[in-house]
Amino acid sequence: MLHPLTMRLLAALLSLPLAACAAAPTSPVAPTKETVLDNGMHVIVREDHRAPVVVSQVWYKVGSSYEHDGLTGISHVLEHMMFKGTPKHPAGEFSRIIAENGGRENAFTGTDYTAYFQQLEKSRLPVSLELESDRMRNLLLPPEEFTKEVKVVMEERRMRTDDNPDALTYEQFMAAAYQVSPYHHPVIGWMTDLEHLDVADLRHWYQEWYAPNNATLVVVGDVKTDDVFAMAKKYFGEFKPSDIQSPKPRTEPPQKGERCIVVKAPAELPSLIMGYRAPSLVTTDAQWKAYALEVLAGVLDGGESARFARELVRGQQIAAAASASYGLTDRLDTLFTLSATPANGHDIKQLEQALRDQVKRVRDELISSDELARIKAQVTAAKVYERDSVFYQAMQIGTLATVGLDWREGDRYAERINAVTPEQVRAVAREYLVDDQLTVARLDPQPIDRKHPPKSGGMNQGVMR
Amino acid sequence: MNRPFHSFLRGLYFVAALLLISAEAAATPDILQWQTANGAHVYFVAAPQLPMVDIQVVFDAGSARDEGKDGLAVLTNGLLAEGAGKLDADAIAERFDAIGAHFSNSALRDMSVVSLRTLTDKKLLNSALDTFATVLQQPTFPADALERVRNQMLIGLQDEEQSPGAIAEKAFYRALYGTHPYASPSDGTSDSVKALTRDEVVSFYQRYFVAHNAVIAIVGAVDRKQAEHIAEQITQRLPAGNAAPALPPVQALTKAESIHIPHPSTQTHILMGQPGMRRNDPDYFPLYVGNFILGGSGFTSRITNEIREKRGLAYSAYSYFVPMREEGPFMLGLQTRNASADESLKVLHETLEKFAQGGVTEKELAAAKRNITGGFALNIDSNSDIVQYLALIGFYHLPPDYLDTFIARINAVTVEQVRDAFARRVAPDRMITITVGGNR
Repeated sequence: MLHPLTMRLLAALLSLPLAACAAAPTSPVAPTKETVLDNGMHVIVREDHRAPVVVSQVWYKVGSSYEHDGLTGISHVLEHMMFKGTPKHPAGEFSRIIAENGGRENAFTGTDYTAYFQQLEKSRLPVSLELESDRMRNLLLPPEEFTKEVKVVMEERRMRTDDNPDALTYEQFMAAAYQVSPYHHPVIGWMTDLEHLDVADLRHWYQEWYAPNNATLVVVGDVKTDDVFAMAKKYFGEFKPSDIQSPKPRTEPPQKGERCIVVKAPAELPSLIMGYRAPSLVTTDAQWKAYALEVLAGVLDGGESARFARELVRGQQIAAAASASYGLTDRLDTLFTLSATPANGHDIKQLEQALRDQVKRVRDELISSDELARIKAQVTAAKVYERDSVFYQAMQIGTLATVGLDWREGDRYAERINAVTPEQVRAVAREYLVDDQLTVARLDPQPIDRKHPPKSGGMNQGVMR
Repeated sequence: MNRPFHSFLRGLYFVAALLLISAEAAATPDILQWQTANGAHVYFVAAPQLPMVDIQVVFDAGSARDEGKDGLAVLTNGLLAEGAGKLDADAIAERFDAIGAHFSNSALRDMSVVSLRTLTDKKLLNSALDTFATVLQQPTFPADALERVRNQMLIGLQDEEQSPGAIAEKAFYRALYGTHPYASPSDGTSDSVKALTRDEVVSFYQRYFVAHNAVIAIVGAVDRKQAEHIAEQITQRLPAGNAAPALPPVQALTKAESIHIPHPSTQTHILMGQPGMRRNDPDYFPLYVGNFILGGSGFTSRITNEIREKRGLAYSAYSYFVPMREEGPFMLGLQTRNASADESLKVLHETLEKFAQGGVTEKELAAAKRNITGGFALNIDSNSDIVQYLALIGFYHLPPDYLDTFIARINAVTVEQVRDAFARRVAPDRMITITVGGNR
């Protein structure tokens, strides 16, 4: 179990909320510079001298959306195996050395990236760069370590997904909304694929994607940019680039009508997810559309005064909770997603109707100038708040650079949001929030049978290589 | 905005914020301290670099004060922004959102917390403070809002009933604390929440939301004068009142007890533990450093090594102390597929026993100290970190030089002190063990 505090922290770090990447006129962004090593590795440094600390992150352009059928979850398993040793630093040494230096370290995998990070007192940056450089090219992948670690990942899957009815519903929802796009499968992978993964698959995956010309080093903190550039050259400059093949596009074909699925699982509460197909900032045919969709998400769910909280939770009291989200920085076409849990006394049908009514309204009517002003104020403030965390700043730069956007786009966020008009918001609602492009998933709670729980972990029991 | 479950971490189980990892000889913030006219304690750090301020007001009004009306502290705290002065919930939300201010509130067993983050531009700051002051000092507890929040709490309880981890934690506290106020879940039970009344909320607020029962922490781009003004503005209308009385002491467990709760999950969640330590416990440092080695330091701890690295039994395995006003729990935990539950439980118990008997080595202790002290700068590198520290220092009456002396106190811990503290405070033969999951 992750500590709830950690969970919240992660939720905050790993999402790019509406108000996350704005630029406040009162608070100019810290100087940020970029260089590209001869071997193609990107290095981006932001100086932030508020505290004597540094965060270092290495981002690879690989994640679950690069994976083929039968190999789902391999990016994430490889991320785990990146701590299992090189000839120079055997398994466990990486973590021990960082700990010895008072550092914190970890890694994360998403649909579009795999990233590794260390947070350290500023003078220890070379420790982290040396270790990252070593495992970029020299990973051992010992079979006996793999056998144990893949079990750990299966436990992670059981904890996060199999025993969590909402997560299970979300996984099924994604699989229904995307048929061809690799967003179809979960980041953690299908259990059957984890069960049949082997170390040769991992070795191949490592060779295919872990190379300087497929990586971005992001350093934020109390450092001098030129020093970091020099260190990057010293630790990563020797590596030869690899021949990196772009993943096949796997473009989702046009959807021909609404899709509905039901997930039955032992649960106490029903829940609902509705996702409309939409382009991301990466795939959109016009940039303003992506930002208008961001504003739309803010109109519905950007704070306690937004429409969902005000009307669905407090006014009609039809939802116990309701949210809207949009995958602005997804590498491929994404979804504009509404999710909600009904309040006592209301069923899921009423809740779904209430959400559809909300969608109808943003298609029919212009949003008010007050709503737009509120979102712009939130964006301006958030741009200041985000500078309280060097880690968050690095996350933002790394995400943008890795999904194929210019990382400077983060600094232009407020400007882009400020340019959005009520007419544009209505226009994207009309273009994208249409029933034929909708996938609906409903969690249908089954009684939690405490007298006859499944034996020994049900179908996933003990299927280990 | 990303989807939920978008990313997967290799696993983080540091509980730094609870345990207050800290301190190298690096610069510590300069903490100013005073009392408001009506007696609230104020802790302030000037942080002029960013045009923003964080304010946290903490009352000794957590669920330990529920007195059998389980859920009362959470309901009272949750209603503060649902109506205050002449403002209704919509108006309060609008006023904060319109200027990009963040308001948040929560109640745990010890604390009831109300927080604000806002820009310090004069007009925005004044507006945010005005609303914040109203919410803190003039909540109206509207009857219709109470019913709505009550219903949300009931839904929250149902949500927990479908989570084996949440079920385990509730059972753990109940078994550990028996008749002590810490036994009850902060968010109550469905029966207790249904029975709560508006009168009870009002009298709870009147009794505990008073200046002598409050600590104010402020960090941001304001000077001492402004901070003084802020502290007055947000509490001057509260009565001076009295600090909450001492909580009863926690009784030690007299015997081991195991409780299994069947649940249709693929994993069994295991929680094992005893009453642990108080926040200002004389054994705080040896217990903290000792546990860091046992199960508190993630991938370099013994429990993670035995359970995860050697055997692949669980994604997350840990031990930690939750230091509270009275003895908060010492807990060890993991979750594993049902078929591995017995094996995992055995390894967890053996790891604890070995630790309790053999203690730590000089080498382990030195490594732990380097980790804790070398990372000190990271613990105070943001305003949000510092405001949390201030609130803790004030609430638990830690010495004002707590941050300045932390490194020295970590470095002073010896192998013998760790052995002695664990021998006196942790009894592996008298643990509560909760398992929630399917048949094994």
